Amino acid sequence: MSWEVVIGLETHAQLSTVSKIFSGASTAFGAEPNAQACAIDLALPGVLPVLNRGAVDRAIRLGLAVGATINRRSIFARKNYFYPDLPKGYQISQYEIPVVSGGHIRFPLGDEEKVVRLTRAHLEEDAGKSLHEDFQGMSGIDLNRAGTPLLEIVSEPDIRSAAEAVAYAKALHALVRWIDICDGNMQEGSFRCDANVSVRRAGDTKFGTRCEIKNLNSFRFLERAIEHEMARQIELIEDGGHVVQETRLYDPDRDETRSMRSKEDAQDYRYFPDPDLLPVEISEQWIESVRAAMPELPQAKRERFERDFGLSAYDAAVVTASREMADYFEALVARLPSEPKLCANWLMGEVSARLNREQIDLARAPVAATALAGLLARIADGMVSGKLAREVFDAMWSGEGTADEIIDRRGLRQISDSGELETLIDGVLAANAKSVEEFRSGKEKAFNALVGQVMKASKGKANPQQVNDLLRKKLGG
Amino acid sequence: MTQLHLASVAELGRLLASGEISSVELTRHFLARVEAHRELNAFLDVRPETSLAQAAAADRRRASGESGPLLGIPLAHKDIFVTRDWASTAASRMLEGYMSPFDATVVERLGQAGMVCLGKLNCDEFAMGSSNENSAYGPVRNPWDVKAVPGGSSGGSAAAVAARLCPVATATDTGGSIREPAAFSGVTGIKPTYGRPSRWGMIAFASSLDTAGLMTASAEDAAAVLSAMLGFDPKDSTSVDRPPEDCIRELDRPVAGLRIGVPREFFGKGLTPEAESAVRAALDTYRGLGAEIVDISLPTASLGIPVYYVVAPAEASSNLSRFDGVRYGHRAKNHGDLADMIKRSRAEGLGAEPKRRILIGAYVLSHGYYDAYYLQAQKVRRLIGEEFQRAFQQCDVIAGPVTTGEAFDIGAKTADPVAMYLEDLFTIPGSLAGLPGMSVPCGFGPRGRPLGLQLMANHFQEARLLGVAHQFQKVTDWHRRTPAGVAATNP
Repeated sequence: MSWEVVIGLETHAQLSTVSKIFSGASTAFGAEPNAQACAIDLALPGVLPVLNRGAVDRAIRLGLAVGATINRRSIFARKNYFYPDLPKGYQISQYEIPVVSGGHIRFPLGDEEKVVRLTRAHLEEDAGKSLHEDFQGMSGIDLNRAGTPLLEIVSEPDIRSAAEAVAYAKALHALVRWIDICDGNMQEGSFRCDANVSVRRAGDTKFGTRCEIKNLNSFRFLERAIEHEMARQIELIEDGGHVVQETRLYDPDRDETRSMRSKEDAQDYRYFPDPDLLPVEISEQWIESVRAAMPELPQAKRERFERDFGLSAYDAAVVTASREMADYFEALVARLPSEPKLCANWLMGEVSARLNREQIDLARAPVAATALAGLLARIADGMVSGKLAREVFDAMWSGEGTADEIIDRRGLRQISDSGELETLIDGVLAANAKSVEEFRSGKEKAFNALVGQVMKASKGKANPQQVNDLLRKKLGG
Repeated sequence: MTQLHLASVAELGRLLASGEISSVELTRHFLARVEAHRELNAFLDVRPETSLAQAAAADRRRASGESGPLLGIPLAHKDIFVTRDWASTAASRMLEGYMSPFDATVVERLGQAGMVCLGKLNCDEFAMGSSNENSAYGPVRNPWDVKAVPGGSSGGSAAAVAARLCPVATATDTGGSIREPAAFSGVTGIKPTYGRPSRWGMIAFASSLDTAGLMTASAEDAAAVLSAMLGFDPKDSTSVDRPPEDCIRELDRPVAGLRIGVPREFFGKGLTPEAESAVRAALDTYRGLGAEIVDISLPTASLGIPVYYVVAPAEASSNLSRFDGVRYGHRAKNHGDLADMIKRSRAEGLGAEPKRRILIGAYVLSHGYYDAYYLQAQKVRRLIGEEFQRAFQQCDVIAGPVTTGEAFDIGAKTADPVAMYLEDLFTIPGSLAGLPGMSVPCGFGPRGRPLGLQLMANHFQEARLLGVAHQFQKVTDWHRRTPAGVAATNP
């Protein structure tokens, strides 16, 4: 019996505003507990919320980036429930009319392009944090995060595997960073997902009963939690049971999900329009001003890179995985317009490998695009071999200077002078009579050995193509 | 010289300007009256040194050449406005001793105008009530008859002005909480248009209705203070961005030709004969001044009470959720886990009326009832607003009774919340429509307790409304009458 999993994701992206969504307090991460909670965040008697337009700006930016409808009039509602780290006893959120409706996210999955439709994206405020560990018999409350602006991005149940869920989340993660509305820092909770998961027998048209897994703050946890939840639901049904709609928590230490609350004890949030806030009215001019400030979006860039630079679909996708990467690539190509493939290969190869190994961002890479362009230019004009270029790159990474300085200092300039090469070749032929003999008797392998010997004699600096040609001529081939 | 506490704001301003009295002397005079009338229980927090320091500061401002109609004039604030220098309790145990780190915008503006605060005034807990019997700190007594309620929720404001313990008191009105106590206590009360005074620093009861206003001895006094109080506040998103207004500019405009609409539904059964004849007599006075009395109908307004008792408790149930004992306010001493702490703190800290309204509010917002109650109420609320707009095509102001009769005895209605809710029958429709309204003294009931005339105008017509009231007060003396002993005492 084969099973199909149906997944929808609700993603909370913390918006990159300087101040909170309804107060002037800072949103910076890592301050002393409650140092960034003002009277409004503390819900002192008599305070009122005032909407931060920067949060709306960012929501509009997302809406435009995903081809959604920007609702000209959206409403903030109160979601009422008691919790010690929810100061007002309600969360201000959008319920009936969100700021963004519809839209979709496109992303590659293997060789395919997937499209996941979005239901909506709405603005809301974050709650504070309860700290249970550090206090004996008491709980601490940190309200620094209370009132931080969030954009909750809700997908349709269009996702059909854990891998696809991760690919979607990664694409969305890249997008929110690309359009600069969220720093995407998952460790700090700036980007986190809830997954709605259900299973059904292959061919069924009706969805199964779903469970919601809360607060998945890494792509790995997202994947594991979905995998686990799928297996749990399938096993349950195959054993003759049925899935109960509930909210579950993923425990990464045990790699399992467990029940948090069932639908029966789901709270009644008593939503109603917040009378302290007017409806958010978004004019055409507002939308246009946001549109005018939008960077070129990843998909448009991807297509342009394929078209203008002849990159493969795969290369174009990798090079546009982040805005920093795309910017770096474009800076390289600007200096080496005839070598886009060489630029892409180095960025995807050496540069990415070093970044990965050292766990740093491209923005902090010691070799800037202009510096790397200097090295790639030497590869292009044949001054340095691809192999030695790696040595030069390592030296540049360590801060030893420009490509040209390092090539000169270390004497790595490629030998392309025919006279010089012929002298080298003659020496090698004289010293390897046996290989010459073998080659003449038809062993092609012996030729390669001779090339190797010449390269070795030149300390790798000989131009391999020239060596090839000259050697063949000399051996009368 | 008139006794200081009987003088108008304008007269006090002249005395201060001429240097005949200082603000410190004036403040001492009123503080002595506050002290001498503690039996009224009108004040919840009095800190004479702080008041006198403010008065001294006002005197220094004047000495340095500043002037202004309110510089150095005392007032007191309803304990719904938060203040840095006096406790802010909303008359609830929940906030006993609570000190706010900031002043309400209304408090701040009047302070900037140079007014001197005498302290905080008692009211119904979280402004929920019509008799001031719901205060956690005991009922306020009506200066006209200490057996009677002063009305509510701004009972402390009304009683304090009636007994001339202060010339001016701030108040708040959600469904009638300025106009009803003003009528019961024989003072002039004004509730401005919703959105004109800032709500920043007002402890919220029902956010879509709560409106700051004033109690004074006359419309003229109210006009002087209201000019300084109203105005756009960026801290309140529902605040209306209009240029500041001089509320005294229409005081002297004659009422000849004024069309006064009288809703026939306000004169149905329930209205006592004395209240009716007092209001009719006031209308005759206006007719005598050349106004035209127009018969109008507000059939939907009668749905005001059920609409109000859905909308206001719904908002209150949410607004009062912040009082959980976690960050400030009352916290239960013995409790189990966090949820239990919140439950017990609220059970102990909140009084019966807020609890009743929280229950009603949570019910009407709950899943499956929202459409039937809350949404329906909002629709009817809109209809009431539209009905008023149609009425204002026929008339310039609307007049009628404020209450069905004179103030009742303390304890008379406490067992019957619905009877208490009906007290606001005539004031609630205007509140739901966000209209400015006033109560103006217009007579006395059979037991010698005051009666009020209600005047309503269209949005942003406060100046006109005050002028209409002032023209009445120029030819009548109801507003000048004071409870026994007030005129004789000094202080």
